[in-house]
Amino acid sequence: MSSSKKIRVLVAKPGLDGHDRGAKIVARALRDAGMEVIYTGLRQTPEMIVRAALDEGVHCIGLSILSGAHNALFPRVMELLKEEGIDDVLVVGGGIIPEDDIPELKKAGIAAIFGPGTPLDEIIEYIKANVKL
Amino acid sequence: MKDSSKLRGLVNKWEDEAVATTVKRFPEREKKFETISGLPVNRLYTPLDLEELDYEKDLGFPGQYPFTRGVQPTGYRGRFWTMRQYSGFATARETNERFHFLLEQGQTGLSIAFDLPTQIGYDSDDVLAQGEVGKVGVAIDSLSDMEVLFEGIPLDKVSTSMTINAPASVLLAMYIAVAVKQGVSMDRLRGTIQNDILKEYVARGTYIFPPKPSMRLITDIFKFCSEKMPLWNTISISGYHIREAGSTAVQEVAFTLADGIAYVQAAIDAGLDVDDFASRLSFFFGSHSDFLEEICKFRAARRLWARIMRERFKAKNDDSCRMRFHTQTAGCTLTAQQPDNNVVRVTLQALQAVLGGTQSLHTNSRDEALSLPTEQSVQIALRTQQIIAHESGVGDTIDPLAGSYYIEALTNKIEESAVAYIEKIDAMGGAPTSIENGFIQREISEAAYQFQKSVDESRRVVVGVNKFTVEEESKFDYLRVNPKAEKEQVKELKKVRLARDEEKVKKTLDHLHTVAKSDENLMPPIIDAVKVYATLGEICGILRDVFGEYKAPDIL
Amino acid sequence: MSVSELVNGVLSGKRRELARLISLIENEDPEAAEVLSRLYKNTGKAHVIGITGPPGSGKSSLVTKLTAELRKRNKTIGVVCVDPSSPFTGGALLGDRIRMQEHTLDKDVYVRSMGTRGHLGGLARATSDAVRAIDAFGKDIIFVETVGAGQAEVEIIEIAQTIIVTDVPGSGDDIQAIKAGIMEIADIFVVNKKDLPGADRKVTEINAMLDIDPIERAWRPPVLLTNGRTGEGVLEVIEKIQAHLQFLKESGLLEQKGLQRSRDELHDLMRYKLTRELYQKLEGRPEYEAAIKKIAARKEDPYTVAERLIAEFLFSESR
Ligand code: B12
Ligand SMILES: Nc1nc2c(ncn2[C@@H]2O[C@H](COP(=O)(O)OP(=O)(O)OP(=O)(O)O)[C@@H](O)[C@H]2O)c(=O)[nH]1
Ligand SMILES: [Mg+2]
Repeated sequence: MSSSKKIRVLVAKPGLDGHDRGAKIVARALRDAGMEVIYTGLRQTPEMIVRAALDEGVHCIGLSILSGAHNALFPRVMELLKEEGIDDVLVVGGGIIPEDDIPELKKAGIAAIFGPGTPLDEIIEYIKANVKL
Repeated sequence: MKDSSKLRGLVNKWEDEAVATTVKRFPEREKKFETISGLPVNRLYTPLDLEELDYEKDLGFPGQYPFTRGVQPTGYRGRFWTMRQYSGFATARETNERFHFLLEQGQTGLSIAFDLPTQIGYDSDDVLAQGEVGKVGVAIDSLSDMEVLFEGIPLDKVSTSMTINAPASVLLAMYIAVAVKQGVSMDRLRGTIQNDILKEYVARGTYIFPPKPSMRLITDIFKFCSEKMPLWNTISISGYHIREAGSTAVQEVAFTLADGIAYVQAAIDAGLDVDDFASRLSFFFGSHSDFLEEICKFRAARRLWARIMRERFKAKNDDSCRMRFHTQTAGCTLTAQQPDNNVVRVTLQALQAVLGGTQSLHTNSRDEALSLPTEQSVQIALRTQQIIAHESGVGDTIDPLAGSYYIEALTNKIEESAVAYIEKIDAMGGAPTSIENGFIQREISEAAYQFQKSVDESRRVVVGVNKFTVEEESKFDYLRVNPKAEKEQVKELKKVRLARDEEKVKKTLDHLHTVAKSDENLMPPIIDAVKVYATLGEICGILRDVFGEYKAPDIL
Repeated sequence: MSVSELVNGVLSGKRRELARLISLIENEDPEAAEVLSRLYKNTGKAHVIGITGPPGSGKSSLVTKLTAELRKRNKTIGVVCVDPSSPFTGGALLGDRIRMQEHTLDKDVYVRSMGTRGHLGGLARATSDAVRAIDAFGKDIIFVETVGAGQAEVEIIEIAQTIIVTDVPGSGDDIQAIKAGIMEIADIFVVNKKDLPGADRKVTEINAMLDIDPIERAWRPPVLLTNGRTGEGVLEVIEKIQAHLQFLKESGLLEQKGLQRSRDELHDLMRYKLTRELYQKLEGRPEYEAAIKKIAARKEDPYTVAERLIAEFLFSESR
């Protein structure tokens, strides 16, 4: 009788970037894969994202940036999560992230980066396989 | 009548006999053929599909109402389209170098890409600008940057397009001020500001103010330019971003023209006469991957706009009905996988735009899905246009595809379908209302999602992505924007703030505040403020105070 | 996190513990019941305000504006917003939070979105307990935004002391919706989007309907006009919210509602637990499966079998 656990995901657009086509598509795809998705809308500061993630008790944060500000903003999100003592949330990123930047971002704690052309199923499978419920 | 029934008989016979036997042995690739936008595509088009077509009324002549065949009486026989590569990154100094490079390579107009803080009205030293300065465009904080940006570029010779919307007045004011310093008066300036806020709300995201004051900023520019800048395009009503956000071709035409209707209405409501400003409106479309559909789209958009201006707005002057547009090839069709393939895509898309009669063109670079373009990539992109212009011969006769059964039938179909959308939007109360209630955003999102699914499910092939892939992608040496740009820019800004006359800055900003609260035209006080080096952030800050900030409905 | 960590965390105002507890509640984790039972004595202090009405009528916008105003008065705020889950995939897009951005960084505001996860009636099954958790967390006022799917969303009456029903100018259709059951539960009507044409007429229509309503009311629901974007009219809404609470207290209705709520809750809880217990015992047992087959074959009747199974399994000590 008890309903099964649901994966909750926050899809967020940090910074001033207005490219939301990908983020919205990913949000819908995750919804259609049975997850509960909270989309923040544009122009979020890392502080807002972390607070939303905290309050909503999400299992995964999906960050989307196509405007090149990822090196400043992604690690900032990770830092704030740490400050809040949150270490059990899976953080993934997507958008236009140059190859050279990926190692540093992973070091900062971003679990995976999905670039242009990634099939939605790949993202769904990755999240399902890697969230801690 | 008799003729057509005979032809109908022949067509049926062909279908029943020749086609039927062939299909039995060699089935067609698909059950149903559709354009990329989902419009049905028949096996064959014949004169039967054009029975209703009235040459004079529906096609007419180039340079004449309804402009289906183009806006120039001599097409490209007089002059080719303007080759205008959108560019800008890091500081004004670095972008100025790129401009010089492009002009040396034979580019015929400039097109400025600003960074996001500039587009959203923040100075480079604003906390919200951190990490974003100079990343995806050039950072402009004050007139001082604008002076550097145009160093060595004579503004009476070149035409400049600026992709700037919410703070369009500020950048236009800076441009005027630079020109004046060069000794060029504003009535001689040629160029375009995008200045199209409605599509920012639905598809592009660099809005600042709520709709009402935004519309006022726009109509103030219309008024100012109709008196002082007769050669300036006061707006570029853009479908490009709508399309890139995922819309279909029909939606691109419909939503863009619906926005256009809203601007014209706003200007009329602000007391302007339609024939005083309408000839300075310009448009901007994408050139996506369905070759024939796109050509038809351009032709349909031109005809529909002409009809709207004449029939709805009673424009007397033909020039008011003449849709001139810029085109950019569709970035969203370009792939990170096997980036050299993008050169081919761009070639086809550029050709479509030319066959569709564009006035200016940006060709995307092969590294579109990787980074801002390298110098080498942008050179190939520019060469692509030059090859089409100078080698292919397609510009030697006007609107060469006209009269093709399919082209005319599809042109009709697109116009018809766009009209249906516009009627729906009208019934809701016009574009601003249908944006406010999320109708337009939802339509675009839905189309974008469906498209993505069709690719994911391999119902649509994207070469190199879901078919014809390679095991290992070869390395591409993409552009890395100078990581010190932000620091340098902030330092420059500090210098400007120290060097200027604070007294004057304060006075002009106070005056701007007063005017913003009244209903006087905002252009003159903004020009006064930029001249004394008030920054973009300061000016937009004043306007933010008075107008408030827009909160997007963010429709999913 | 252990039960006591959660209890202490929530009581000492730690958001992370509160968020975790609500997740446990949503997942129907047995631990949640333990925590809630230990928090119970610390609840019952918040003023819970339900807000219901047609989709897009401005519920979230109003909650945001009400929150802004109440924050000026130093009230701490909790918000629970419920959106529909897809009956096919179980997924949900929880979109109300987007409207509440301006309070994201305010530590005295806690916003939580939830999907209905198949529950009908305008709320999620977890909503009631989530509200309780936020109550224990110490928020003064808790808004509960229902799904807004237009059906009778009357379940809110069980958890809220004050219910705001929103509507917008135009379409006479929603009047029908109001008639269909929402009418009775409204303590305050808000006609939002007063900037759109027809707002005054809508107020008149609702008032007219209240005039002919046969139910006797000690509290006549006021009908107010607001603009959810600018916050116009929000002060009046707050005034009426306070007046309504005052009325509930003075009339003794608050106490009465509390008693009724405890009665209903105990009743529901027992019924739920019993059924679940029974199921857990029966599911998969050969006797159970055999009985089902016999019923289908018309060899036995379900009435008798039900009686027998309940007697056999529920009241026997063994499994
Ligand atoms: C479409 C587009 C636009 C549209 C955006 C419409 C919209 N509402 O989204 C428009 C035309 C408005 C636009 C504008 C601009 N653009 Co643009 N745009 C693109 C383009 C062509 C495609 C992006 C896209 O939507 N692809 C389709 C979607 C489905 O793919 P996606 O977003 O990549 O998402 C996939 C993955 O990345 C990943 N993913 C993405 N997000 C997330 C999130 C999560 C949680 C996960 C798990 C995965 C994930 O999964 C998705 C599915 O595969 C790219 C180039 C390209 N081909 O990628 C340039 C591009 C991103 N734009 C660029 C630029 C510079 C701009 C501008 C800033 C230009 C300017 N100076 O004005 C403007 C301003 C926009 C703004 N406000 O921020 C640059 C960025 C350069 C950089 N980062 O170094 C690019 C790379 C083009 C280029 N080479 O110059 N753009
Ligand atoms: N014109 C106008 N628009 C408003 C007003 N209040 C809210 N809106 C807009 O109406 C839309 C819906 O508002 P929400 O607050 O999300 O409505 P809701 O009832 O919470 O919607 P759901 O949760 O989806 O049922 C948004 O675009 C708001 O900006 C108002 O007073 N006037
Ligand atoms: Mg809502």
